[in-house]
Amino acid sequence: MTNNEWPLWEVFIRSKQGLSHKHVGSLRAADEKMAIENARDVYTRRSEGISIWVVASANVFASNPDEADSLYEPANSKVYRHPTFYDVPDGIEHM
Amino acid sequence: MENALFEYLLRLGDDSLILGHRLSEWCGHGPVLEEDIALTNLSLDLIGQATSIFDYAGKVEGKGRSEDDLAFLRFDKDYRNLLLVERPNVDFGVTIMRQFLFDAYRKPLFERLVHSSDEMIAAIAAKSLKETKYHLRHSSEWVIRLGDGTEESHNRIQDALNELWKYAAEIFYEDAVDAELKANGVLPDMDSLKSDWDTIVHAVLEEATLTIPDNNWKQEGGRKGLHTEHLGFILAELQYMQRAYPNMEW
Repeated sequence: MTNNEWPLWEVFIRSKQGLSHKHVGSLRAADEKMAIENARDVYTRRSEGISIWVVASANVFASNPDEADSLYEPANSKVYRHPTFYDVPDGIEHM
Repeated sequence: MENALFEYLLRLGDDSLILGHRLSEWCGHGPVLEEDIALTNLSLDLIGQATSIFDYAGKVEGKGRSEDDLAFLRFDKDYRNLLLVERPNVDFGVTIMRQFLFDAYRKPLFERLVHSSDEMIAAIAAKSLKETKYHLRHSSEWVIRLGDGTEESHNRIQDALNELWKYAAEIFYEDAVDAELKANGVLPDMDSLKSDWDTIVHAVLEEATLTIPDNNWKQEGGRKGLHTEHLGFILAELQYMQRAYPNMEW
């Protein structure tokens, strides 16, 4: 692994107005300007988006996978947090 | 009029086709994955431009030649592209400098051609202009980055400029073809094209800390069909399939 690699950037693309930016992948670029250009070339060639965000991967802080048990499992036993305790009236679709 | 228009469309289309082919040679060989994709995107934009220009050229000529006939079945002396665009890729610096000198001409050119009295040319220019704005942005950024980068990148892009400068003058080659089309409004008000090119080129090269060569020797010929030895090799590769298997479709 060489140290001459450009920094890594996370790429977020908004596919259309009203939707939020979604993480689509990452790429390497020397600076944020180049990262936007590269993202345009790598991720929007098939009209995937109308807006691009890039974030230096070094600035992304992630949760620790080893702590998954304590972070997420407690939610599994609390079914009352899900809106499942009422009847959906007839004729309502896409719920 | 038809002759002049056909001739001009070949100049426009051949520039796109030959530079598009040169860029396609980078496919799979780019310095980094991201730039590999960027260069082939540029290539596809240019080949797309050539396709619509040749399609129209074939109709103007009226001899039933398709865009493929014009792209693949002419001899080297029938090509009208600038010598600049047939120069070999050599390295990334030469490729980028060639692209920059060309984009700095193409953008102001298409900005003018959208006002052409010829509706087809105006439509092709409008579509191509959007692509070309990005091409110029991409190549300008790289010229600045390489020029104002490390000693190695600076020297290489300066060498590229020194090598390509003598081919840049041909961009503004004009003859009876241009005169006739100007008289008809097909080529609208082109007077300030060169000064626009000068402005773009000087601004970017200055920011890139590059020096314009003193040498004012001009190398021309492409617009008249007199090419360097490189075009023959390009055509050998470009035309191989149609020459070996005439009328093959795929």
